[in-house]
Amino acid sequence: MSRRAVITGVGVVAPGGVGHDAYWDLLTAGRTATRAISLFDASGFRSRVAAECDFDPLAAGLSPQEVRRMDRAAQFAVVAAREAIEDSGLELSSADPGRVGVSIGSAVGCTMGLEDEYAVISDGGRDWLVDHTYGVPHLYGYMVPSTLAVEVAWQAGAEGPVALISTGCTSGLDAIGHGVQLIEEGGADIVLAGATDAPLSPITSACFDAIKATTPDNDDPAHASRPFDGRRNGFVLGEGSAVMVLEEAEAARRRGASVYAEILGFAGRSNAFHMTGLKPDGREMAEAIRVALDRARLDPDDIDYINAHGSGTKQNDRHETAAFKRSLGERAYRVPVSSIKSMIGHSLGAIGSLEVAACALALRHQVVPPTANLSVSDPECDLDYVPRDAREHRMERVLTVGSGFGGFQTAMALGRPRTQREVA
Amino acid sequence: MSASGLRSGHHPPPVVTGLGVVAPTGIGVRRHWESVLAGKSGLGRITRFDPSRYPVQVAGEIPGFDAGRLVPGRLVPQTDRFTHVALIAAEAALDDARAEPRSLPEYEMAVVTASSSGGTEFGQHEMERLYQKGSSWVSAYQSIAWFYAATTGQVSIRHGMRGPCGVLCCEQAGGLEALAQSRRLLNSGSRLVLSGGTDASLCPYGLVAQMATGNLSTEDDPARAYKPFDVAASGQVPGEGGAFLVVESAASARERGVGHYGTLLGHAAGFDPPPGSGRPPVLASVIRQALANAEVGPEEVDVVFADASGVPAHDLAEARAITEVFGPGGVPVTAPKTLTGRLYAGGAALDTVTALLALTSGVVPHTAGLERQAPGCDLALVRDRPRRTDPRVAVVLARGHGGFTSALVAGRGDRTDIGQ
Amino acid sequence: MAKFTVDDFTRILRTGAGVDQQTNLDDERAADTSLVDLGYDSLAVLELTSRIEREYDIAIPDGDLAHTLTPREAATYVASRIAEVQV
Repeated sequence: MSRRAVITGVGVVAPGGVGHDAYWDLLTAGRTATRAISLFDASGFRSRVAAECDFDPLAAGLSPQEVRRMDRAAQFAVVAAREAIEDSGLELSSADPGRVGVSIGSAVGCTMGLEDEYAVISDGGRDWLVDHTYGVPHLYGYMVPSTLAVEVAWQAGAEGPVALISTGCTSGLDAIGHGVQLIEEGGADIVLAGATDAPLSPITSACFDAIKATTPDNDDPAHASRPFDGRRNGFVLGEGSAVMVLEEAEAARRRGASVYAEILGFAGRSNAFHMTGLKPDGREMAEAIRVALDRARLDPDDIDYINAHGSGTKQNDRHETAAFKRSLGERAYRVPVSSIKSMIGHSLGAIGSLEVAACALALRHQVVPPTANLSVSDPECDLDYVPRDAREHRMERVLTVGSGFGGFQTAMALGRPRTQREVA
Repeated sequence: MSASGLRSGHHPPPVVTGLGVVAPTGIGVRRHWESVLAGKSGLGRITRFDPSRYPVQVAGEIPGFDAGRLVPGRLVPQTDRFTHVALIAAEAALDDARAEPRSLPEYEMAVVTASSSGGTEFGQHEMERLYQKGSSWVSAYQSIAWFYAATTGQVSIRHGMRGPCGVLCCEQAGGLEALAQSRRLLNSGSRLVLSGGTDASLCPYGLVAQMATGNLSTEDDPARAYKPFDVAASGQVPGEGGAFLVVESAASARERGVGHYGTLLGHAAGFDPPPGSGRPPVLASVIRQALANAEVGPEEVDVVFADASGVPAHDLAEARAITEVFGPGGVPVTAPKTLTGRLYAGGAALDTVTALLALTSGVVPHTAGLERQAPGCDLALVRDRPRRTDPRVAVVLARGHGGFTSALVAGRGDRTDIGQ
Repeated sequence: MAKFTVDDFTRILRTGAGVDQQTNLDDERAADTSLVDLGYDSLAVLELTSRIEREYDIAIPDGDLAHTLTPREAATYVASRIAEVQV
């Protein structure tokens, strides 16, 4: 029998709380975690709202040396990984380390560390020839995003394949997909897979300001992220991390693990059109969805919920809606679709992992998280977006999608554990 | 079919049908190979900025790389140098493979690159503007130039390749991981993958960040700065550039009627335990797994392209692992990267290109600049001059900062139109 | 009337967004060809909009400069914004 990958542990650091319980509470309450930026002085910026994590690294269990060494994105990932491992019930110390792998996604890596240290060694941007005598020992660790995978590997004691996947805003989905590949091909039996990003710093905010991708509506931060709403006008930056324990399904069954979900199929496509622009027809995302369903051996009617990319930009939400119709036909109109970015913002590469975590929790609890702040309809967005309130809903299989700079489109189908599906 | 589209059954090994090089050894595959055989070093005192104030002043720069002349005009201001380099290498690889993406199925072609540090020089310029002048001075292109996926996105757009594109960041091991991912894609429905890696972080911030590891050589004489496995080893020399490879299913190459430089027979990856754990490094085990994956015995390997860190402790660990698998002096070992410095994401991609050229031309290139092997490094290093030994199987090793460890096994191809 | 000519626009376009080898911005016809047909996308227009705003100390509302405009139309628009500021 061929090897399959299942999720047996979930760890989350997200706006609104640390831990997957706090995360699920926020999502199902339809509460928003967007607010005026407090992590840096955003006055003078076009967009001054974000979804920030209230994260105290020491309280979250990191040691003073870990805090000094790790960029905020690494801190998130390590805390999420620890929760995922504990949640899985695995005793990693008794696993063969060579059979444990890591696949972490990140769009912008250790950008906060990189920028903070730049400001020091350039003396506030004054010196092009930056002063190496002010460089911290971990500076190289901030320049290479692979550090994020290194830190998670050290947590897990992984000595198998380890990778950092960086495909912009599809990094999270692609990293989990990569982890599934490692299990299916036999390169690893256990993979810590997820993503992390902590982009709330001046340089990242400025670069989204410059292309007017983030919302300029700063007056009502709690309602600033409005996917699929007629008034949407840009996304709201976020931060966070989710890390999952992926296990080979048969091994998970043998040890009696509690399984959240099985990854049934995934696929990536690229639009080869524009680094940031999307054609309205959703053609390549539709193709990614079609191939993911084919690999999962599913028909459109088998999909019970779509966790949308739903960034809240004018072009994305239109593009994505078209892609759902193009790939799922009539089913697109009958299946609930929601965007949790309405509540936790858009954490770039991390968001795909947070969305997979949301799908795993939705399958377990049989509740669809809503799209908050959705009240004004848009004729181009005419599907059932589960506005404002969570919905109890029978779900066997769900779909989640991502779309990112570079033209990347990824789709992933997840299902309830087989035993539960067979009983049902 | 599995969730990732992996098809069951036997997969014939993929073949490499095209190569593109932009490196300190030269622009173009032929020039690179000529430099390698002649032992012509691309290392020198840094010219891209004034390095006088820094303890590290030697690097491998690409000779005569003028983005304004080589790269399409509109792409110059919107991308960093690591992408400029990649655009040229990628196009050269496609040309070399006689592949015309517009005539092939769009979803069956993908771009998979390695990046180690992204658009560092572009990023330093924009942070300077941000801190000196304010947020409204940051370029609209910062959002697409700085991030690690910039190259894959631009190459995919330029050549209309709409398959499952990817980006792997595993520092110096990234090039091999990109090739391994290409192989996976070819086993799951893709027919042609443009794979490779580049880095170009020779700007003040990039250099200073690299210096923080303490692994860079502070030797001022370019001829003495990078001497892996040697008693005079003093650390690593950073370089810029990299390489691209067209990796194709054997069936696709046959259908197009093109020859190939070699086959990707096997691969494995592992990760070193954290410092202080007391556990051994994984390199020996990774080499064994890669050989097993390739169904090749150690005695069948004709040459090993070493990672060749240049940091004495790393060299010793690598030498021990090679000796553990192949026996003392059991296999010729070489490291032409002494001519380029360490190219990070570009390093293992270029090493693989060099290994394929060696297989194709029947010549094992030497490691220029070595004098006396360091005690404990019990290797059959190829020194002084290339050897015509007609190698059939090569192993490429790569180790990335933090513990990334990869090995690739390549077999000889059927192309004869390169070499000498 | 404020001074902002097609040549000023072309100069900023050249430095901010680059020129492809096959495009001749000095050709008379270029001034009356839309930016998108000259090969410039929405990002290029954002980049040159912010360069014009900084250099001439004016504000250009979102979307006023679009890649469907020609260099001549864009230059006329910028000149009128500069004139408004000077009044």
